[in-house]
Amino acid sequence: MTSQHAAISVTGLRKTYAGKDAVAGLDLEVHRGEIFAILGPNGAGKTTTVEILEGYRTRDAGDVLVLGEDPSHPSSGDRTWRNRIGIVLQSAADAPDLTVKETVHHFAHYYAKAKNPDEVIGLVGLSDKASAKVATLSGGQRRRLDVALGIIGSPEILFLDEPTTGFDPEARRAFWGLIRTLRDEGTTILLTTHYLDEAEALADRVAVINKGQVLEVATPETLGGRATAPALVTWSEGGKLCSESTQTPTEFLKALSARIGGEIPDLAITRPSLEDIYLGMIGQL
Amino acid sequence: MNIVRLGLRRGGLEIKEFLRQRESVVFTLAFPVILLFIFGSVFKNTIAPGVTFSQYFVAGMVASGLVNTGFQQLAISIPMSRDLGTLKRLRGTPLSPISYFIGKAIVVTAAMLFQVALLLGFGALLFGLHLPKSATLWLRFTWLILLGSACSTVLGIAFSSIPKSGRGASATVSPIVIILQFISGVFFVFSDLPKWMQDIAAVFPLKWLTQGMRSVFLPDSFALKEAGHSWEIGKIALILIAWLILGTYFSIRTFKWAKE
Repeated sequence: MTSQHAAISVTGLRKTYAGKDAVAGLDLEVHRGEIFAILGPNGAGKTTTVEILEGYRTRDAGDVLVLGEDPSHPSSGDRTWRNRIGIVLQSAADAPDLTVKETVHHFAHYYAKAKNPDEVIGLVGLSDKASAKVATLSGGQRRRLDVALGIIGSPEILFLDEPTTGFDPEARRAFWGLIRTLRDEGTTILLTTHYLDEAEALADRVAVINKGQVLEVATPETLGGRATAPALVTWSEGGKLCSESTQTPTEFLKALSARIGGEIPDLAITRPSLEDIYLGMIGQL
Repeated sequence: MNIVRLGLRRGGLEIKEFLRQRESVVFTLAFPVILLFIFGSVFKNTIAPGVTFSQYFVAGMVASGLVNTGFQQLAISIPMSRDLGTLKRLRGTPLSPISYFIGKAIVVTAAMLFQVALLLGFGALLFGLHLPKSATLWLRFTWLILLGSACSTVLGIAFSSIPKSGRGASATVSPIVIILQFISGVFFVFSDLPKWMQDIAAVFPLKWLTQGMRSVFLPDSFALKEAGHSWEIGKIALILIAWLILGTYFSIRTFKWAKE
């Protein structure tokens, strides 16, 4: 069952390399206008899945629709379909001798509904570097150029593969802001990332993939029963670090406070982080 | 048409990139001149009445320039771009591969025109090279360059699908080109080569390109010394067109943007 209204819908996707299943019956549905993150360890089938969605790879079985079209042979034609999607690849080292401005302006010609190239350069924060040759850019600046080339065609779906690798914290925040702006303008965003804080900050929903299958799809707040997971209370008592895992931290704290009296030393109450939940799910904890 | 328009744009962009890569500009454009200088200084003999070896060699250098700038350059640089992910990025855009091919053909032709101008200029200045005198010969020279560039471009693109990596490409392509140069009458007088070698060379386009270039740069009397005792201009055109069609077909059929 695939919905025509979904931005992406995948049912029973399968891809085998040398007798080994890279993707083993994967189901996924991404709604229009959401930021959807795919999490998973290396070798989980993330890249294979995303590259099938991007039309880079063929599949062995299953149904895939991206904007209502099969990426391996879109009925409206490959060029027409590609006009509607934007791809930011993991690594692309090209055209070192062209300037940022020349590169973005050139790519704008490829698309039917291109954005204003100079505005896009500004949007990714490269206005100062517009006349610089691509070879002279830092890793993070280069990544922002990759993003500029991904969004220049006003895509309905943007694929982002590990977009903030090599960014400093400030650039990362700015980048998240840009992605949210694109989402608010109606762009659907499919993100793969290793940074769980990034998924938590950006994604409306996340899918955890392992061994070629989806383990769970949920909001970052509710993934893996996180919302109802016990809280961990830690404090010091008698020179020793104590901890208690509890469903009722308020009740526990009242009792603790009554017993100790005054300020409780080193008190902290934590819920499991997305990282804890994630590592638990993929069996690494 | 959009595909052609984008092809022209890519051609402009590629020429810009090419001119900014100083090493490749110097190597591509000056290498034939350096070879001419060496060969012209070593072999001062005449190979027929009024025909110096330099004169013969220039014809061969122009023809092999077509193979170097088109076939060799593309068959090496495209696998390298494939390794770098440049082509994968283009594949993700609505750009047609045909536009990409047109862009390559344009940059190859432009580099070729630079190279020829440089080669003929130096040849005329230093080695008393005789330039073609009639409009007919210049016209023939022009279509040989254009058809040769197109042919060399599509064969380079077609061949680019064979090497598994950019690093392997140079090792695969360079020996092929050098062998072709030796058996096609670039470094040696073609009619001096053993018959079997001539027969092998006759399968490939370089032999016909050098012969066509000789018809432009050598006196008509030299035609009798050719393997077929004439310049065989019609045959040259047909064989180059056949290779062009074959190369175009395989370029489109086998071209890979990325390694799967």
